[in-house]
Amino acid sequence: MVSLFREKTQRADGQVLEINFGPQHPSTHGVFRLHTLVDGETIREVKPVMGYLHRNQEQISENLTYTGFIGFTDRMDYINAIPNNFSFVLAAEKLAGIEVPERADHIRIIMAELARIVNHMAVVGFLLNDLGAAFTPLLYAFRERELILDIFEDLTGSRMMCNYFRIGGVKSDLSEQHLATIKKMAARLPKFLDEFETLLTNNEILCMRCQNTGILSPETAVNSGITGPALRASGVNYDIRKTDRYSLYGRFDFKVPLGKTGDVYDRYYVRILEIRESLNILRQAVAALPRGEFINKKTAAFIRSPRNFKPPVGEAYARTESPKGELGFYILSDGTPQPWRCHARAPSLINLSALETMCVGQKIADMMIILGSIDIVLGETDR
Amino acid sequence: MIFDPVFIRLKALFLDLCARFFPEWVVMLASIVISAVVILVMGPVIMMYLTLLERKLLGRIQNRYGPNRVGIWGLLQPVADGIKMFIKEDIVPAHADKIIHLLAPVVTVVPSLMVFLVVPFGNGMTAVNLNIGILYFVAISSITTIPIFMGSWASRNKFSVLGGMRAAAQMISYEAPMTLAIVPVIMASQTLATATIVESQGGGFGMNWFIFTPWGLLGFIIYFFCAIAECNRPPFDLPEAESELIAGFHTEYSGMKFALFYMAEYMNAFTLSAIAVTLFLGGWQGPFLPSWIWFFGKTFLLVCVMIWFRGTFLRFRVDHLMGFAWKFLLPLSLINILIAGLWFLTPAIAAWALTAGLVVASFFVFVKLNKTFVPEKRTYVLAD
Repeated sequence: MVSLFREKTQRADGQVLEINFGPQHPSTHGVFRLHTLVDGETIREVKPVMGYLHRNQEQISENLTYTGFIGFTDRMDYINAIPNNFSFVLAAEKLAGIEVPERADHIRIIMAELARIVNHMAVVGFLLNDLGAAFTPLLYAFRERELILDIFEDLTGSRMMCNYFRIGGVKSDLSEQHLATIKKMAARLPKFLDEFETLLTNNEILCMRCQNTGILSPETAVNSGITGPALRASGVNYDIRKTDRYSLYGRFDFKVPLGKTGDVYDRYYVRILEIRESLNILRQAVAALPRGEFINKKTAAFIRSPRNFKPPVGEAYARTESPKGELGFYILSDGTPQPWRCHARAPSLINLSALETMCVGQKIADMMIILGSIDIVLGETDR
Repeated sequence: MIFDPVFIRLKALFLDLCARFFPEWVVMLASIVISAVVILVMGPVIMMYLTLLERKLLGRIQNRYGPNRVGIWGLLQPVADGIKMFIKEDIVPAHADKIIHLLAPVVTVVPSLMVFLVVPFGNGMTAVNLNIGILYFVAISSITTIPIFMGSWASRNKFSVLGGMRAAAQMISYEAPMTLAIVPVIMASQTLATATIVESQGGGFGMNWFIFTPWGLLGFIIYFFCAIAECNRPPFDLPEAESELIAGFHTEYSGMKFALFYMAEYMNAFTLSAIAVTLFLGGWQGPFLPSWIWFFGKTFLLVCVMIWFRGTFLRFRVDHLMGFAWKFLLPLSLINILIAGLWFLTPAIAAWALTAGLVVASFFVFVKLNKTFVPEKRTYVLAD
């Protein structure tokens, strides 16, 4: 293996150690390598090495129909598949100029916010696992996550790879029974969050470990293109649901939680607050769900015959606030049933760019929680 | 109290039987062998069922069942695990130091088993009643550092070396306050023999335990924290921190060698709890029930507390861990020796007031002095 730090490791006093955290490591959240230079326990340099899970997703899209590719977007951020669908479908609709019925928009928002809760639960749980808790908080978070996955399974047929959104709407309608389950879940979750917080948020070890570690200044965050909760924890008020008001987000009343310090603790707590805000949106969307079509009548036919969907020559970029940050799809169409080129702006990849700035000078243990707090999914990083 | 000396009577019966047929030296030898065999069997059996207990309890803490497929209540699960460990491939890294790599797990188990010798399991149930029992325990249990470092060094793995370094630093640091926390007990009972220490806590209906004095309580808390750090259990499990160092010093071990490390760890957890019970919780002393039930009950209670810690606490960071030992536990344990001295010099009621006050005061002083970090109460803006 070629060393990235050749000159620096060959020091006469032999103080510096070069370690590869990963690709097989319990805390890298997938096949990801942190090429690290450590001095005792202190981090000197970090070079993230990725690409182990590269699956040619963007290339694959060029050989598939638009509808066919929706299933592949699920596999990008496999922790929460629905926001990926959302972003891609928005881009395709923008390209072809397709209207979405109001009911479908409501259903999309309900599903996207459910997915956000799923994602934040998983992230907070895994972060606490990286902090050394023996799976207990993770399993408590997963107990609640399970309820949402049950709704997903019931509605879409799959717990994680939902493949639910279609161009012009969604695949199937939300029944009264689903709505009742969602309402019940939305009533139950705040209690769980309160319990979770009493156990953890003011825990002294958690504060000691998380507060003031891995500080990300707002300038660095903006300059390196970081988005999502990691950016908002640094105090930058930037939420695409608010700035773009895509879909129907303009109609709902919700707040954007902002941190101040931009450390691991803020990134942890901003996510907890975001879950509460998502529940707010969820309640409003469920209450306001109108009757009507769940998919645009004209595009419903494309589910059966996807090759008939031929957007005009052109390009479109649509972005959504995925739980991890700004997820955008840029599609170039040449008038054929397949996209000529499709690029995904993956937040997981771009949020990694400030990793070294956050880690240098911290301890090995801190590096792991910083990585956990950024919230990456390797399926999306490498695509 | 018929059941109290049941094990001693059994042994005496067997030895009487031997004396009828064999010369005297055989009887003596048999007496030694019986104790040795009991300990050699008991150590691993306790370890096996501690793993089951831990998995069951952790399961309950984590809102799930734990192992329940092999045998009723998963009682055969440790056996299945043992068989699995035996038939697993033994992997030795290509560049490892093969002899030391093999030796390390073997050496780890020996001190953990040797500590069992001086543990008083019940009234008159100490295998070897050494007159320097506690000194022997301190000496033997501190050997554990060496095989761990041997294993980590011989594996030729950077994670192992980091884990080994952490283990050495941590275990040596926590040895100091642990030993000092024992000193007041030795002062009070005026002996180093474990059996005699337990006997000296026997007054007052068998409830005159050292933990019911201010210095005993403080000593017990210091000792128990150090004991958890000594056997590398959470929240002090840095040498094998899963999320940082994969498996720390035993990253490169598999099969039976790994099982031996595991065995040593669990036997240490048991013996350190057993010694805590002996020193502070009155050992086998207690009303009504047979002495050995009292002893095992208290010991397993402490083990359960350890498991509870594992289920609920997050891991410390290296610098916090060392700071905790040197800046907090060590000065506190030194002051505790002084407090214990005052306890014996002043008359009874004054002693209570004085020492209790001193314990509370010194505790808060050191908490205050160590407050380099204060958890911030943060407010979050909810922007539009």
